[in-house]
Amino acid sequence: MGSDTAPLSLNVPEPGCRPGDTPDFSDFEIPRAGEVGRPAVDVDPDSIRDMAFSIVRVLNKEGEAVGDWAGALSVEELREGLRHMLTLRTFDARMQNAQRQGKTSFYMQHLGEEAVSCAFARALQPGDMNFPTYRQAGLLIASEYPMLTMMNQIYSNAEDPLAGRQLPIMYSSKEHGFFSISGNLGTQFVQSVGWAMASAISGDTKIATGWIGDGSTAESDFHAAMVFASTYKAPVVLNIVNNQWAISTFQGIARGGVGTFAARGHGFGIAAIRVDGNDYLAVHAVAKWAAERARLGHGPTLIEHVTYRAGGHSTSDDPSAYRSKSEAAAWPLGDPIERLKQHLIKIGEWSEDRHAQAEAEILDTVISVQKEAEAVGTLAGGKAPSPRDMFEGVYETMPEHLIRQRQEAGY
Amino acid sequence: MAQMTMIEAIREAHDVAMTADDKVVVFGEDVGFFGGVFRCTAGLQEKYGKSRCFDAPINESGIVGTAIGMAAYGLKPVIEIQFADYVYPAYDQIVSEAARLRHRSNGDFTCPLVIRMPTGGGIFGGQTHSQSPEAIFTHVSGLKVVIPSNPRDAKGLLLAAIEDPDPVIFLEPKRLYNGPFDGHHDKPIESWKKHPQGDVPEGNEIIPLGKAHIQREGADVTVLAYGTMVYVAEAAAEETGVDAEVIDLRTLMPLDLETIVESVKKTGRCVIVHEATRTSGFGAELMSLVQEACFYHLEAPMIRVTGWDTPYPHAQEWEYFPGPARVGEALRKVMED
Repeated sequence: MGSDTAPLSLNVPEPGCRPGDTPDFSDFEIPRAGEVGRPAVDVDPDSIRDMAFSIVRVLNKEGEAVGDWAGALSVEELREGLRHMLTLRTFDARMQNAQRQGKTSFYMQHLGEEAVSCAFARALQPGDMNFPTYRQAGLLIASEYPMLTMMNQIYSNAEDPLAGRQLPIMYSSKEHGFFSISGNLGTQFVQSVGWAMASAISGDTKIATGWIGDGSTAESDFHAAMVFASTYKAPVVLNIVNNQWAISTFQGIARGGVGTFAARGHGFGIAAIRVDGNDYLAVHAVAKWAAERARLGHGPTLIEHVTYRAGGHSTSDDPSAYRSKSEAAAWPLGDPIERLKQHLIKIGEWSEDRHAQAEAEILDTVISVQKEAEAVGTLAGGKAPSPRDMFEGVYETMPEHLIRQRQEAGY
Repeated sequence: MAQMTMIEAIREAHDVAMTADDKVVVFGEDVGFFGGVFRCTAGLQEKYGKSRCFDAPINESGIVGTAIGMAAYGLKPVIEIQFADYVYPAYDQIVSEAARLRHRSNGDFTCPLVIRMPTGGGIFGGQTHSQSPEAIFTHVSGLKVVIPSNPRDAKGLLLAAIEDPDPVIFLEPKRLYNGPFDGHHDKPIESWKKHPQGDVPEGNEIIPLGKAHIQREGADVTVLAYGTMVYVAEAAAEETGVDAEVIDLRTLMPLDLETIVESVKKTGRCVIVHEATRTSGFGAELMSLVQEACFYHLEAPMIRVTGWDTPYPHAQEWEYFPGPARVGEALRKVMED
């Protein structure tokens, strides 16, 4: 048995930096802020193919908002946005710590990714529906969903709106346009397309948004969502949050041989845009563009939010085992809160003092809400949902066999 | 009343539901312009328009996933999976999403959804057009599972499934689409057009889920069957002369345990018949339930007659299919014990 060619070998991509290495993002091409123009919302996706390989950025190094995408938000809205991101970060820190104290089983924080969901929420209208993953709680914070209800859910206490049935942070609020988080990966992406199709079937004016991580774009449901969104020109905004890491797996494993995740849109004829996910103004401007495009019936948009997961995947994860501890600090797109703060200072609408004061006020509020939630109970003690309740809501009407099992269980 | 095949009855149920409620939408592979490979949705696109009845890409997870989104919006999707054998790519959407949405969101979101699919063998479909996967759905909390055995039930049960506030798996025995089939594959094909159960009421008359039907009354042994096996069991009783009571379960989840228990307590014997593979099949659940409720009334060990634990074969179809000879043998044996 002979062959004229050399033995084949398997290509397994590796990240540029592992524990102990010096982070190096020199290959990461970052266009200047303002460099990428803003097309009309009814643009033919084919004519903006280059946008999938560039990055929409508004805030420059000096903290100035520049280019076509700037100017969509008032100063008051920007200050509110900063407050939302600070609130989310503080909330995360307190809940992360509460998990370490045994008050709940699990938590997932947004560290470094706060701009993505907080800014996006502003681009939507009441009645629109988000199909989020577990790292978009900013959609709730920015739509004034009560933090107390979030904490009650995290603590699975007697006031948990989900009656203790779901893992912490798997929120659900139809009223706030936040679809029940499943915890499965990718499934909700195609559901968002179905919701958007239903809006179109019904002659409604609402739109849907789907959310997925860089790693989960490898799921078959990502492909399913893209095909259905493309075929039926669904009024949906499909978001890939590329935070570089899927637990310990770097984004290159899911991305394969293509340049960017956004480029996945091209094969489906879907408008595809990459945005600086750590730039509050850019995320908001692109979200608003895509939402308007969907609402006007021009079809779906795929947005790749380029960001960095500065914390662990969850409280069960220790990133120092698979990536350099200094990688987060070396991330070239910076920190979203710091960047918006600098911008507001630059335009004379904020100061270090006001920032410190805002941080202190937010911390006070979060602590006081936390006390209120803990007075009801935590997973470790206090008022808990009834065990009887786990039998409820499996079906609208409890069937005979569940009634018998509930009795057998003693409830 | 009108004499119909099961295909016509299913199409009529769609028609009635779509007329009554403009939230009912129908889609799946080939269901739009063409009306489905078995013709169960023929004419619906023409009558109700392309936004209420349309063709879907060949992606079962996408079909079910988008339908879940539509149900969450407030529509009532009635979707077709072309063969039950093709449902597996959608299993995650069905099990982890549709079935749990009400529970995990504490009723904030619900999933009124009907997933129709042709099931079972007897058509030389080989391993990819013959499977009976009901037990992989009855094992999942939050789903309802329905299998009609005749045109009248197909219409009434499908209307009930569409009205139901929870996700329903609706399995249509494809060998029964055009006529009753007792397992004698060498006999001429019968039509529903002359069968009393092919006489279908007009209008919106539902048959409630969770109610079994006593297909044949008898005193000596209870036969629990559903789908194609109902007529096989009936034939086996006639041919052996065993006075069997044949119960068509119609709905596996929720199950009409009351009718089952009442019958077994009366007869003292029980034979369970299904086409699906034996191990962990729905027969195992039925046997456990009957044992728990009727042990002291049983005069003989229960017997299961099922498909073998092999992939569904092609050339060996009739050696695999639990026909009247195998069911008859079980009836004789259970009477001897």
